[in-house]
Amino acid sequence: MHMGSVPRNMQLDISQMRSDFPILSKKINGKPLVYFDNAATTQRPVQVIQAIDRFYRETNSNVHRGVHELSERATEQFEAARENVAKFINAKSPNEIIFVRGTTEAINLVAYSYGKKLRRGNRVLLSLMEHHSNIVPWQFLREKGVELDYVGVNDDGTLKLEDYYGLMTKQTKIVSIAHVSNVLGTINPVEEIAKIAHEKGSLILVDGAQSIPHVSIDVQEMDCDFFAFSGHKMLGPTGIGVLYAKESVLEQMDPFMGGGSIIKEVQLNESKWNDLPYKFEAGTPNIAGAIGLGVAIDYLNVIGMENIRRVGKGLTEYALETLPEVGDIEIYGPKNSEDRVEVFSFNLAKVHAHDVASIVNDYGVAIRSGHHCAQPLMRRLGVPATSRASLYAYNTKEEIDLFIQSLKKAKEVFN
Amino acid sequence: MGMDMYAENILDHYKNPRNFGKLNNPTGTYKDSNPLCGDEVEIQLQLSGDKIDDVAFTGRGCAISQASTSMLTEQIKGKEIGHVKKFTQQDIVSMLGISIGPTRMKCALLGLRTLQKGLWGMSAPSDLTNLQ
Repeated sequence: MHMGSVPRNMQLDISQMRSDFPILSKKINGKPLVYFDNAATTQRPVQVIQAIDRFYRETNSNVHRGVHELSERATEQFEAARENVAKFINAKSPNEIIFVRGTTEAINLVAYSYGKKLRRGNRVLLSLMEHHSNIVPWQFLREKGVELDYVGVNDDGTLKLEDYYGLMTKQTKIVSIAHVSNVLGTINPVEEIAKIAHEKGSLILVDGAQSIPHVSIDVQEMDCDFFAFSGHKMLGPTGIGVLYAKESVLEQMDPFMGGGSIIKEVQLNESKWNDLPYKFEAGTPNIAGAIGLGVAIDYLNVIGMENIRRVGKGLTEYALETLPEVGDIEIYGPKNSEDRVEVFSFNLAKVHAHDVASIVNDYGVAIRSGHHCAQPLMRRLGVPATSRASLYAYNTKEEIDLFIQSLKKAKEVFN
Repeated sequence: MGMDMYAENILDHYKNPRNFGKLNNPTGTYKDSNPLCGDEVEIQLQLSGDKIDDVAFTGRGCAISQASTSMLTEQIKGKEIGHVKKFTQQDIVSMLGISIGPTRMKCALLGLRTLQKGLWGMSAPSDLTNLQ
């Protein structure tokens, strides 16, 4: 690592952190880039970029089964990344860490492999604030007679927790819930939900795509059965993600995809599955991606997740305080920095979300607009679309000021 | 791109859409949406033979989709229906008089696509922006 370590609770030097991210000093439309699309994907620090480059220059080789030097080194680095992930989320063992392409694949894996065990009349409990990737894979199970239920969302953007008591039945086999909403920024009380699920004999999957960049994760404390996340939303590369699952649960599941790596022995008509985690990793994995993710985790550890959360809360408080200055702006989600991360969906009264994003782009501000792959939530909010500014710890109050200026311009154009 | 897109004529058509509303006795009603932004339009035609006697639309969405549909209705009113079939993406861009990037092209084409799909089942020009 090229950076000095930042002791816990010391003020994080944001300008030093920003200098690790080459893209943050780029100009867009002649203006300094204000990158507020971190919920879609974060940027990567130079340490991650260099690690990937170094792997392809110096170590590139396929993992496992090779006895030559390069293959051994590649395998070592790949497995070290797995151990790094396991420690980062406090898994009991690296065997509980399955490398996948991203959160979407992780949820599909569970819906397929654990879904095979479900029967007609069984139910899966979701919520109205889920990303499509935590809805559609479960819809596939309806073909075999599995029913879906949805926990509601309160007007303040929090979950209707009481719905869990009403909707959990003996038939509910899986509860699947976003840890943090990609639209509202709401942090859901997943420990509490896990308790309710387990009391009723259900497993719980936590979609951690939007939480893992912002808050420290302890899967044992959370007591979730599955935890899914993507590397690219936490400073790592695209195309690599993780499914964590309790070993006892993984042991009960069949593989998701067939192919090499997942087998011990192949006969003509059947095969014996390999040990964990390889049973679920068919085909050559994204080796460089996993190594890059490991380095992203090193980076986050050096900065400190407590520091990242503290800076994030500060940005949330500043944004919630200053955004209303724009006027005629509706901001969705909790109004308290304890209950949310720095992801803000909003609408300007007279300007369509897409027009907002186009106009602020002229000022170098990158935000997203649309339904954010959460159409059931859009319907619940009663809007066709929202604009979304999603910040990260490397963003600054000055950038929020620039953003507000650009929103005022958007209002002017349409007034 | 960006602010240049919101030229005076675009904003004028967005704020004061032409042929906005419903027809009493439409020959056909065509509806479509653009899920990417949540844009929707419904266009009604009143035909006598092959001639478009009257046209009206309703909808909601971004300035580009609504202004473009408004302008399109002006362009086709009184014309032969075949005129709509021949309309291309380039015709829409020229009609709007602004430069449009690939992600907003879908908004600009919503009105035309609604009619071409509804009348002839024509598919949209290469449609990278339909991914969700």
